[in-house]
Amino acid sequence: MEKRARFRSRWLPYALIAPQLAITIVFFFLPASQALYQSLLVQDAFGMNTQFVWFENFQALFHDDDYLKSFRVTAVFSVLVASIGLSVSLVLAVFADRVLRGAAVYKTLLIWPYAVAPAVAAILWLFLFNPTLGVVAHWLKGLGIPWDPLLDGTDALIMVVIAAVWKQISYNFLFFLAGLQSIPKSLIEAAAIDGAGPVRRFATIVFPLLSPTTFFLLVVNIVYAFFDTFAIIDAATSGGPAQATQILVYKVYADGFKGLDLGGSAAQSVVLMAIVIALTFVQFRYVERKVQY
Amino acid sequence: MSESATDRSGSSIAGDSGKRMAGWRIPGLVLMQLLPQTWRKRRREGMIENRPVLTFVSHVVLAIGIAIVALPVYVTFVASTLAVDEVLQAPMPLVPGTHLVENYKKVLGQGVSSNVTSAPVGRMMFNSLVTALVIAFGKITISLLSAFAIVYFRFPLRGLAFWMIFVTLMLPVEVRILPTYKVVSDLGMLDTYAGLTVPLIASATATFLFRQFFLTIPDELAEAARIDGAGPMRFFFDVVIPLSRPNIAALFVILFIYGWNQYLWPLLVTTDEAMYTTVIGIKRMIAGGDAATEWNLVMATAMLAMLPPALVVLVMQKWFVKGLVDTEK
Repeated sequence: MEKRARFRSRWLPYALIAPQLAITIVFFFLPASQALYQSLLVQDAFGMNTQFVWFENFQALFHDDDYLKSFRVTAVFSVLVASIGLSVSLVLAVFADRVLRGAAVYKTLLIWPYAVAPAVAAILWLFLFNPTLGVVAHWLKGLGIPWDPLLDGTDALIMVVIAAVWKQISYNFLFFLAGLQSIPKSLIEAAAIDGAGPVRRFATIVFPLLSPTTFFLLVVNIVYAFFDTFAIIDAATSGGPAQATQILVYKVYADGFKGLDLGGSAAQSVVLMAIVIALTFVQFRYVERKVQY
Repeated sequence: MSESATDRSGSSIAGDSGKRMAGWRIPGLVLMQLLPQTWRKRRREGMIENRPVLTFVSHVVLAIGIAIVALPVYVTFVASTLAVDEVLQAPMPLVPGTHLVENYKKVLGQGVSSNVTSAPVGRMMFNSLVTALVIAFGKITISLLSAFAIVYFRFPLRGLAFWMIFVTLMLPVEVRILPTYKVVSDLGMLDTYAGLTVPLIASATATFLFRQFFLTIPDELAEAARIDGAGPMRFFFDVVIPLSRPNIAALFVILFIYGWNQYLWPLLVTTDEAMYTTVIGIKRMIAGGDAATEWNLVMATAMLAMLPPALVVLVMQKWFVKGLVDTEK
């Protein structure tokens, strides 16, 4: 859509847009093209010797067991975060949608975790799950469940998944509740008159009508699990133990800053950018077309 | 037949193109429901059927949900009121202790000192506040300006500029960490407020949001302003900004939280304790390992780190929800 009423000036629009563009070029395009270029180079750790190697970094990457493992960890992690996060929030939203009294209070009590920094969320759960002094760890011990996220990879993964889900529940809850409340009452009433009970109504009417919201949230949650959970991983486990929680975003950081493997880290950045672009593309093409009322 | 088709598409053009641009598309009804109740007509009058048992179960499930969600924060709060030896016994007590004032005074004024030293948390909170405010106001300002240029002017390369801003949506800082760090360090911006904030200020989302909104401002307003002899900047300050206030407020809430909670970027660009933000400060406090960590003080710091953004969400709930809807659709 275009405006009919426009202003005329030779220089003013450029001046207005200049700050945004300057920052974009200096902090987005320059670094991104650097990453692209660097992904084609091999450099020793002291920066003395640089060699152009075409796609060797990428080849090395996909033959690197650590990298493939990180892919698997990321896949497991994001599937768990998205599925658990969505189911828990859906259950809460469905029940909150049922109660007339106090729905607003429940909403207020459930939305504030959104405000907690991911890193702080990680530390809260780390404290609860700490094998020597954590409260939850103590309860688990009481139940006879062995628990040590500092040494056991599975335990560590469970811990970061819980922290990541906890942080995202408010967001999912808000959108699910809104989706539920936008379903026309008349449909549900008609089904009730026909004798369909609450479970049947949910399965045949509510859930299908909720599919656009669910799909939207699914994409948001996957993006969240891929990229926004860096702080949770770093603060809770630093990718350990034995790389059990090293998701792709964390590995870029670990290899680049700690391992000083610039070419490898840049190549990983490029792979991640490709993933972001693919996800964005999915949003564009399918979010609005495939899932419809 | 054809008339009704144009009608239908005509009515949705305004919202459609921009939403597609911003990437997300969720149904309008859902968006409407997200807005505060006072802003729309309440559509839910009664329950379809009375099932007291199910209603009771609903309350129980919600209460359990809230309890689980609140558990970590409650334990954190309790830990922040205990003496260090009380926290270290397993299991720690689950009733608040008597050291609340002492602990908070200590972290705010001195920070932790036993195994890792840190700057006073008061200083860190100041850093966080500056970071959050500069990011929020910076993003809003440059986005308002560039959206105004894109909507109200035609100029060569306008399309290119638009796409350059748009593409940044696809480049989260996490995927280009190393080169961005290098740029910032080459510019001598490490350990400065500028380094903490400026690289995070460019914002495609906010620009799109404002572009969307400007497109809904009636053309007559701009025409009237032009006839009255008002220049573009006069129009911008006297008409566009006042009309954008609700959007600015909503965006501010989201961006304040975003800025306050930044992690990776401040972790990289700050090495000087006095420049740590609160979130980074906590992470550094637990770096010394289990036995030596003064968990009661760390947890007091965590409470302090959560407080400002949580307050902003709760006090400005209406704007917060609007902001979520606006920025993520």
